[in-house]
Amino acid sequence: MQIQDSAIDAQEALIQVAGHGEHGVHGDHGDHAHPDLRTMGLITFLLSESLMFGALFAVYFVMKGRLGQWPPEGTEVELLLPALNTSVLIASSFVIHKGEEAIKKDDVAGMQMWYLITAAMGIFFLGGQVYEYTHLSYGLGTNTFSNCFYLMTGFHGLHVLIGVCMILGVWWRSRQDGHYSSVKHTGIEMAEIYWHFVDVIWIIMFSLIYVLTKLP
Amino acid sequence: MTQTNPRVIAQPTPPPPEIEEVPSYRMWKWYDYFTFNVDHKLIGIQYIVMGFIFYLVGGAMAIAMRTELRTPDPDFVDPSLYNALLTNHGTVMIFLWVIPTTIGGFGNYFIPLMIGARDMAFPKLNALAFWLNPPAALLLAVSFIYGGAQAGWTSYPPLSEITAPQAQVLWVAALILIGTSSIMGSLNFLVTIWKMRVPSLPLLKMPLFCWSIIAAAVIALIGTPPLTIGLLLLTFDILFGTSFYKPDAGGTVVLYQHLFWFYSHPAVYLMVLPVFGVMSEVIPVYARKPIFGYTAIAYSSLAISFVGLFVWVHHMFTSGTAPWMRMFFTVSTLLVAIPTGVKIFSWVATLWQGKIRYTSAMLFAVGLLSMFVFGGITGVTLAAVPFDLHVHDSYYIVGHFHYVLFGGSVFGIYAGVYHWFPKMTGRFLDERLGKIHFVMTFFGTHLTFLPMHNLGLSGMPRRIAMYDPQFQALNQLCTWGAYLLALSIVPFYFNVIYSWIKGKRSSGNPWNALTLEWTTDSPPMIENWEVLPVVTTGPYDYGKDRQEEVRQTD
Repeated sequence: MQIQDSAIDAQEALIQVAGHGEHGVHGDHGDHAHPDLRTMGLITFLLSESLMFGALFAVYFVMKGRLGQWPPEGTEVELLLPALNTSVLIASSFVIHKGEEAIKKDDVAGMQMWYLITAAMGIFFLGGQVYEYTHLSYGLGTNTFSNCFYLMTGFHGLHVLIGVCMILGVWWRSRQDGHYSSVKHTGIEMAEIYWHFVDVIWIIMFSLIYVLTKLP
Repeated sequence: MTQTNPRVIAQPTPPPPEIEEVPSYRMWKWYDYFTFNVDHKLIGIQYIVMGFIFYLVGGAMAIAMRTELRTPDPDFVDPSLYNALLTNHGTVMIFLWVIPTTIGGFGNYFIPLMIGARDMAFPKLNALAFWLNPPAALLLAVSFIYGGAQAGWTSYPPLSEITAPQAQVLWVAALILIGTSSIMGSLNFLVTIWKMRVPSLPLLKMPLFCWSIIAAAVIALIGTPPLTIGLLLLTFDILFGTSFYKPDAGGTVVLYQHLFWFYSHPAVYLMVLPVFGVMSEVIPVYARKPIFGYTAIAYSSLAISFVGLFVWVHHMFTSGTAPWMRMFFTVSTLLVAIPTGVKIFSWVATLWQGKIRYTSAMLFAVGLLSMFVFGGITGVTLAAVPFDLHVHDSYYIVGHFHYVLFGGSVFGIYAGVYHWFPKMTGRFLDERLGKIHFVMTFFGTHLTFLPMHNLGLSGMPRRIAMYDPQFQALNQLCTWGAYLLALSIVPFYFNVIYSWIKGKRSSGNPWNALTLEWTTDSPPMIENWEVLPVVTTGPYDYGKDRQEEVRQTD
């Protein structure tokens, strides 16, 4: 009985340590004690967030169903530049993954390089979108298609911007020695997951708004 | 750990080394409650106190409306102010009173305590979620400069796009802030309950309050994003010239109704599920019996939140809804009554032959049972399309949902406060005042909301400042009831303030309860326990021979 008790004690002490380290009022960055919790929180958030885009897609289909011709004449989309933009964004998802692979080998410099390239690709995408906006002959209020077009791509662009900020934030923190390592890089993982999410949403959006409206 | 609790094996252990860094018995000062503090208990109190402040605000609006409705003529407030009052009464009561108090308040305070965690999974996110609420309230207050949002809490276009547009946009901004707060809080709850239970606490031994919070969090995570989009489109229509809800330019108003009700019907369960959780905590403690049908109650919460996601169109039976949709949503709405009935049945069966202690908490719990059954039955009648078409937008609806929300959610909040006040403050509420409070509230509720059913059935529309003189007698009855309800909060608020300062001291486990929050001091220390408790019995094993079980575990 004595042995059992002390076993429980040891377990208690462990929980105590973990509890104070990660979740305490004076808690520090206890990535190590619970490496998965923040990632899990982010994924839960993204599941919820995806329904925002889900609702936007639903709105798109409702609006589409109410018009005979979609998009109405005079509000067609460009394909070439957005396709280039799309390929850059998709490619960036692979680039950012190289960054995670690098940090898993404790290669901080490699991670920084891949993350900066990803951020640059994200900024290129945003620049392309701004260029597209300024060169279209119609605006947000022209008709229900342009309503959907600007709102959806704009809302997604906002997410790309947030993603770029996350990536640059990770890069900024990584400049501090030993902030990230092969066993402690939740922040890097989170930025990557978020970036993949933004990418997947874009693939759906690109198919809906650009590809499917161009098909006969 | 001064309290002896059968669920905890006494452990004479030397404190682990970390304990020195944490001042375990330091308590928060009063000014800490106005700061960005990450302690879940402090945040819980922040939510509850904020909720009870807005309860007064929303209540004052209701009193102004009922005073207006004493007579058929608009003689007390201007009709457009009346519209602003009814809109903001609904908004404040739902988004700044019931949801923050039940989920934010009780949830934050008790979920970590019930599962043996020292805090929530993401304490900073938690504090951030709370601090999104005061700015939202500020936006609502500012909106009154522009006349206040006047299209009802549902804010259907086109009315919401043409009436007081600036106020409407501020209203939307407030709701989006609160929605963001709700999403942050909910994901925090899910991760906390999933990952941070003490190892000795399996999911199916959790207090039922935890299950109800899981169900509510799922609803918030699924429902809030589409609502946000719906409101965002409304804002774009008002401010930036889009035409999502403008039929003349290719849009459709029904789209808004779908997006709105996809959140806002489940939001009804969001408001009542945590209160169901409170019921499951309160009833076994004061009936001194194990809860009847633990698993059934736990899973029925999930069933309510799942089925509740597929019922929203029953608010739109008069919006040109297709016949097959009417059929589908009638059936799905009726289905919700089943898991709800399971809960009611289980609570009644728990009371059956129990050693009932009629404390104030128990009185409110039993009061909730009767009120909610009544509100639930009128809800079932509304699920039937032919009847719904008749009473849609009438006072029958107002009566129905006040029985569910006031008789349900608010009674549950009161029960929770009387039950947990000793835990949260270390002092008892005065039981005599509590009973006076209960009697006034119980009769006030019936007097205010029962005549509304008759008014609705005889054709009085809701949301109007003037009405046909034939409805005056019943309306005056409602108004007297509302005054009684207003009066009923006087003993309660007095009780809370007085007892918080001077009430009788409570021990750690004054009600002799078994869930983990009662294994620590009252109020709990920062970080909750010196040594985390070990669960040895079920959460509701009242009246069982616990000595036997403890011996076996040893």
